[in-house]
Amino acid sequence: MELTTEYLGLKLKNPLLPGASPLSDDLDTVRRLEDAGAPAIIMRSLFEEQLIMEEQATLEDVNLHEFSSPEAASYLPNIADFALGSDEYLKQIAQIKQVTEIPVIASLNGTTLGGWVHHARLIQEAGADALELNTYFLPTNLLRTSKDIEDQIIEVFRAVRNKVNIPVAVKLSPYFSALPHFALQLQRVGADGLVLFNRFYQPDLDPESLDIKITLQLSDPYELRLRLRWLAILSAHLHLDLSATGGVHTGLDAIKAIMAGATTVQMVSALLRHGPEHFHQVLEFLGHWMSEHEYESLEQLRGSLNLTTGPDPSAFERANYMKMLLSWRKMTHGFGIPPQQS
Amino acid sequence: MKSSALKATLDANEAVAAVAYALTETLAIYPITPSSPMAEFCDEWSAKNLRNLWGSVPRMVEMQSEGGAAGALHGMLQAGTMSTSFTASQGLLLMIPNLYKITGELLPFVLHVTARTLATHALSIFGDHSDVMACRQIGMAMLASASVQEAQDMAAIAHAATLRTRVPFMHFFDGFRTSHEVGKIDLIGHDILRALVKEEDVAAFRERALTPDAPILRGSAQNPDTFFQAREACNPFYSLVPGAVEQLLEAFAQLTGRHYRLFDYEGDPQAEQVIIVIGSGAETATECSAWLNAHGKKTGILKVRLFRPWSLQHFIAALPETVRAIAVLDRTKEPGALGEPLYQDVVTSLAEARTLGLLPRSCNPVVVGGRFGLSSKEFTPAMAKAVFEELETGAPRNHFTIGIMDDVSGTSLDWNRNWDIEPNDVTRAVFFGLGSDGTVGANKNTIKIIGEETDNFAQGYFVYDSKKAGAVTISHLRFGPRQIRSTYLVSHANFIGVHQWEFFDRLDILDVAAQGAVVLINSVHGFKSLWNALPVEAQQTIVERQLRVFVIDGYKVARETGMGARVNTIMQTCFFAISGVLPREEAIAHIKKAIEKTYARKGPEVVEKNFAAVDATLAALHEVTVPISADGLRHRPPPIPEEAPEFVKRITGVMLAGQGDLLPVSAFPVDGSWPMGTTQWEKRNIAQEIPIWDEKLCIQCNKCVLVCPHAAIRARYYETDVLASAPATFKSVAFRSPTLKGFKYTVQVAPEDCTGCTLCVQVCPAKDKSNPRHKALDMAPQLPLRDAERVNYRFFLDLPEPDRKLIKAEVKATQFYQPLIEYSGACAGCGETPYLKLLTQLFGDRLFIANATGCSSIYGGNLPTTPYTTNRDGRGPAWSNSLFEDNAEYGLGLRVAVDKHHESAVELLQLLAPQVGEVLVTELLGGYAGDEATLEAQRARVMMLREKLRDVQDISARRLELIADYLVKKSVWIVGGDGWAYDIGFGGLDHVLWSGRDVNILVMDTEVYSNTGGQSSKATPMGAAAKFAVSGKALPKKDLALYAMMNGTAYVARVAFGSKDGQTVQALTEAEQFPGVSLVVAYSHCIAHGYGMQFGLEQQKLAVDSGYWPLFRFNPLRDKHGDERLKLDSSAPKVALEKYTANEMRYRIVERTQPERARALQQGAQQQVREHYKLYERLRDVMKVSDVDTEETI
Repeated sequence: MELTTEYLGLKLKNPLLPGASPLSDDLDTVRRLEDAGAPAIIMRSLFEEQLIMEEQATLEDVNLHEFSSPEAASYLPNIADFALGSDEYLKQIAQIKQVTEIPVIASLNGTTLGGWVHHARLIQEAGADALELNTYFLPTNLLRTSKDIEDQIIEVFRAVRNKVNIPVAVKLSPYFSALPHFALQLQRVGADGLVLFNRFYQPDLDPESLDIKITLQLSDPYELRLRLRWLAILSAHLHLDLSATGGVHTGLDAIKAIMAGATTVQMVSALLRHGPEHFHQVLEFLGHWMSEHEYESLEQLRGSLNLTTGPDPSAFERANYMKMLLSWRKMTHGFGIPPQQS
Repeated sequence: MKSSALKATLDANEAVAAVAYALTETLAIYPITPSSPMAEFCDEWSAKNLRNLWGSVPRMVEMQSEGGAAGALHGMLQAGTMSTSFTASQGLLLMIPNLYKITGELLPFVLHVTARTLATHALSIFGDHSDVMACRQIGMAMLASASVQEAQDMAAIAHAATLRTRVPFMHFFDGFRTSHEVGKIDLIGHDILRALVKEEDVAAFRERALTPDAPILRGSAQNPDTFFQAREACNPFYSLVPGAVEQLLEAFAQLTGRHYRLFDYEGDPQAEQVIIVIGSGAETATECSAWLNAHGKKTGILKVRLFRPWSLQHFIAALPETVRAIAVLDRTKEPGALGEPLYQDVVTSLAEARTLGLLPRSCNPVVVGGRFGLSSKEFTPAMAKAVFEELETGAPRNHFTIGIMDDVSGTSLDWNRNWDIEPNDVTRAVFFGLGSDGTVGANKNTIKIIGEETDNFAQGYFVYDSKKAGAVTISHLRFGPRQIRSTYLVSHANFIGVHQWEFFDRLDILDVAAQGAVVLINSVHGFKSLWNALPVEAQQTIVERQLRVFVIDGYKVARETGMGARVNTIMQTCFFAISGVLPREEAIAHIKKAIEKTYARKGPEVVEKNFAAVDATLAALHEVTVPISADGLRHRPPPIPEEAPEFVKRITGVMLAGQGDLLPVSAFPVDGSWPMGTTQWEKRNIAQEIPIWDEKLCIQCNKCVLVCPHAAIRARYYETDVLASAPATFKSVAFRSPTLKGFKYTVQVAPEDCTGCTLCVQVCPAKDKSNPRHKALDMAPQLPLRDAERVNYRFFLDLPEPDRKLIKAEVKATQFYQPLIEYSGACAGCGETPYLKLLTQLFGDRLFIANATGCSSIYGGNLPTTPYTTNRDGRGPAWSNSLFEDNAEYGLGLRVAVDKHHESAVELLQLLAPQVGEVLVTELLGGYAGDEATLEAQRARVMMLREKLRDVQDISARRLELIADYLVKKSVWIVGGDGWAYDIGFGGLDHVLWSGRDVNILVMDTEVYSNTGGQSSKATPMGAAAKFAVSGKALPKKDLALYAMMNGTAYVARVAFGSKDGQTVQALTEAEQFPGVSLVVAYSHCIAHGYGMQFGLEQQKLAVDSGYWPLFRFNPLRDKHGDERLKLDSSAPKVALEKYTANEMRYRIVERTQPERARALQQGAQQQVREHYKLYERLRDVMKVSDVDTEETI
């Protein structure tokens, strides 16, 4: 089965991608992913905020104690090679490029305009083949409007676009009042692709300790539904690449995402849970399924159930919500217990 | 041929290390101040694979002690690798046995020594020659350096000479004064080293090495028939040394243009008065002599360079024949000797020279000896002048001292403290800063900028106070057109930087100002209000000495540019702007270059912030208009309050004011004894914010009290009526107790002693339910609270003490006990002191502490103030420090003595039973136990006994009176860090573990040598970077507790108060009650782990939860059927090890520099942690008391 896909201008062997995650930190895991059929590696995000905080912490917690005692000029080894900033990340890009033959897509989250641009350039220089801008601006300020936030993302994209030559995709959160309009703006300013959607670590509350807890929660297949809806809507109107991320666990999930209009499909939680070799199983399923169902190419599959091609476009619109509720009620009334999510 | 020299600005430790590294293949090292940086440099270079002269990377091994290092060196040398090491003081003493062996076997070797005081009545980390002079009998050649340049040059000579002569060399230079002085020198390149070190000498050394391919035997035992003759066989080698060194010095002069001799004479060729001296003092004396000669005197200085072998011919040849009086200055003291070593050598030399006819008849000088500069005591040109003047009297005093006032034995020469001969073209700057504000680092940069970017010579020397939290630093900088030879502090500064405004209230800062000097002040007061804010004493100095004053609100600039509390870059920019050492624009460009160099790899943000600070500085800098008279009303407050005891006011107060040099000999106890509890008089006010208590929210758990490292937050319950006289803002609330009804409860902070570490706030579990951000303890700015809380705290201290009998051994209750270590100089947030504090709360009134040298001995006993204190009855910990390596043995000795006293007291009591009364005697004999009720009753009985003894006319009664207190049980604790327990003191600790005596050992495990700067110990965990393990430690931490448990007869516990404070209290209590040896290994978070200490408790929790630090208590005496002798007090690992390690820079360093290695080490460490916990589980099961144990065996 011919699965070749072009994504962000990169020729990929297939449309499945290991998404941005710590999987890219370990060269051995990266090699295993390549062996399992991954057509590219998406690096975990480089967080400018984290870099700044680490610099700050080093200054405040480590350098604070330097030259304070006659017996010790410092309390940790003085290692010239010990660099803060993005060195570690950049080195990893170069190393992945060295040990694999597949493209590397870096991912970046900045906090300052200068930071976005600075790190994007360094990432390009380190050899990344494309860049995913992991944008999110959580609005806690009452005076910021939705337009402010959209403008800010556009500004960041423009600034980065002007300074790097590699393809640039924008990873978005689902929380936009008018996502299609915003996506169109990104297309107009030259975004090579959109990645749908960022998964936030949602804070949890601990009523016992009166604390707020931030814990890592792997994705749930149900989360795919939200992606399917927006892939279906956006792919019907836009011509930039769309990549699905969040809730893709099985081959069938990947097929659904492609049918909704995804150019590529990213997996993270399933790989973290089952290991890099799971990638191969999903890929194999994709090929088998397409053969079994007599699909000739990915293009035939791609977008086949989106807003314009799907049999019932209204299913993606407002009525969808009502229908789900009705069917739910029918199910619970009929069988007493709703069926378990699989 | 003179090689073109590269100049560099660096200190002697770095310069010597560079030479040693180039000429060495193998090193065995051990950290000791002030030599540690040399080993650290070599370790860094080796880790970076820098190569030596022969293109190979030197390899090093860190040993468990200097004794161990010497042993390893001996092996390295026998097997034929060129080897070296670095040491000082006690470390050198520990090497002596092996140095005899190395020397006896003529193994070429160089030991670089930063000469340092030996511990006698007190420890001192500072410089003198008492250590090297204790080695002069070994037979090593001893080569001395007096300056940074010389230290580098003589290091090279020593390495070349030892290979040439086979005699091992000790190359020494003054600890701190030379080792830590930053100076501009000509570097020696590898080309010069190659020209000095002969390849054939190296080959000959190799050929003599032991090898099974051509074996010979070394280390035989010889007998009366042969030993003597064989020992004399080495003599020809010693005879050749002076000549060989002389040849090398000549060769060196040709290569570099720098001329040295075995004995270097400088001065008038027809000098009449000559000072003979070794080390950095010679530089100052030479400066003085040159000035005197320029003013008509005939003086000179004979600098001894090759001290051993002593060459009579060279010495006599160097001495001017015209000399009429000689003063020999020794930087050491030999009590009871006829004179100090150099003096004796000089007297003997002159006598022998006369006998041999080497001296003309006319040359018959009077020779006197004097001591100077012990423990880095200042030696100034004025002091040298006083010595010359004494020589001029014709009948100079012998065995004098210079630099102190000896009003006991009358040895001291007086000198003119105001005499200053420093030329005007030398810029002399003094900067007062805090360790945490980066002043020293900025000044080091300044010296480098001036030394390397201009033709000027530069010198920097840095003085620190003895505190770890809020340390005051004083930087002494000189810049001038000539080589700077002033090896003494700046006393007439023409630039003074005051980087912290509050110093004006603590020190007479401007005393150091020369007439017309410039003063730069960092202050929140603007240029208009500054004058009125100054104490009148400072105003007077400014007016009288016509000082120019500049002010900047560096705090504000730092805040606005994101620099936090670090005003270093800002103040450095001001210095360049005002001093004019360099054109302003050029200086700023250099500062920025230095910032980039320092911080480039720490991220662009840091660089940007520093740049922004530089750019914002000049606009904020203003000159203050100085009025014509000092009219201020505010005086500098006295360093010690009026109500302090006499000794504290008379002695401690002077030391705190930075005037300790003025104290005469009579001020001091003769044997190193020192009064307790003097930190309470030193109100340092170093916290910007202090905790404020919300009594309505507080759940009265007392956890805040337990975790406070400085005993600066305390809790008390008391009867309501005492509140009648309470200050207006004193807070109290009803005491929550099931038994004590109607009592009040207070948590009170000591506002002036708190360091602001926030541990108490972190641990506080009581949150406001509708606003959990607010807790029962929140931090609030100190200044607005200071006065009221000071009064409240004073009131609090007078509240009645709780009845110890009613208090159970659990966290809340024990925290009502008075801590008997308070307000120490430990780091803010220290992870060790809470354990010590708890120890003093539990057993402080009957406690002996044997404290190993290290952090705990420094914050425990480094003057000027002492944190261990007494309770209201005058009882408290008998604290003492012997050495680093002997602490377990020392503590055991205390126990043996205590037991003997008890035994003698019992014997005398039984003897005196008829006079004392059988009932009291029986009760006294039965009252030797450690529970509070028994202790109280027994003390009352001892008082009764004393009453009765008073009327007994018998020598036995007098004897019993002296030791009657030993009828009350004492608690002996042997306390120290992991460097002591795991490494240098392990042999002794092991022996004590097997002694069966009732001693308790507390190991405060910071997992590195914290006090000397974080060198790796056997307690350092796998995967963590430390000095001497820069790539991350490859092996797991030694499990000392497991080892001790295998002994089978000792009580052993592992604790972490931040994880389970109750278990810590339980373990210390059980350890004390255990009638044999107890060992408690205590997790101690430390600044050397590389994170903010406010997270120390969280990290302790993670250490335990990850299984890295399993908590347990092992009691071999548990004998009830089904009892677990080993109780695991923490659960199986429940979080990944990475959760714990990811928060600490010591692990991050490896992750960021060698990610693959870090990952492998992390995986290994995780695996080890899992297996380790399983091992403990199995041990628990195996050691359960079973039927077999409880059944009687036939």
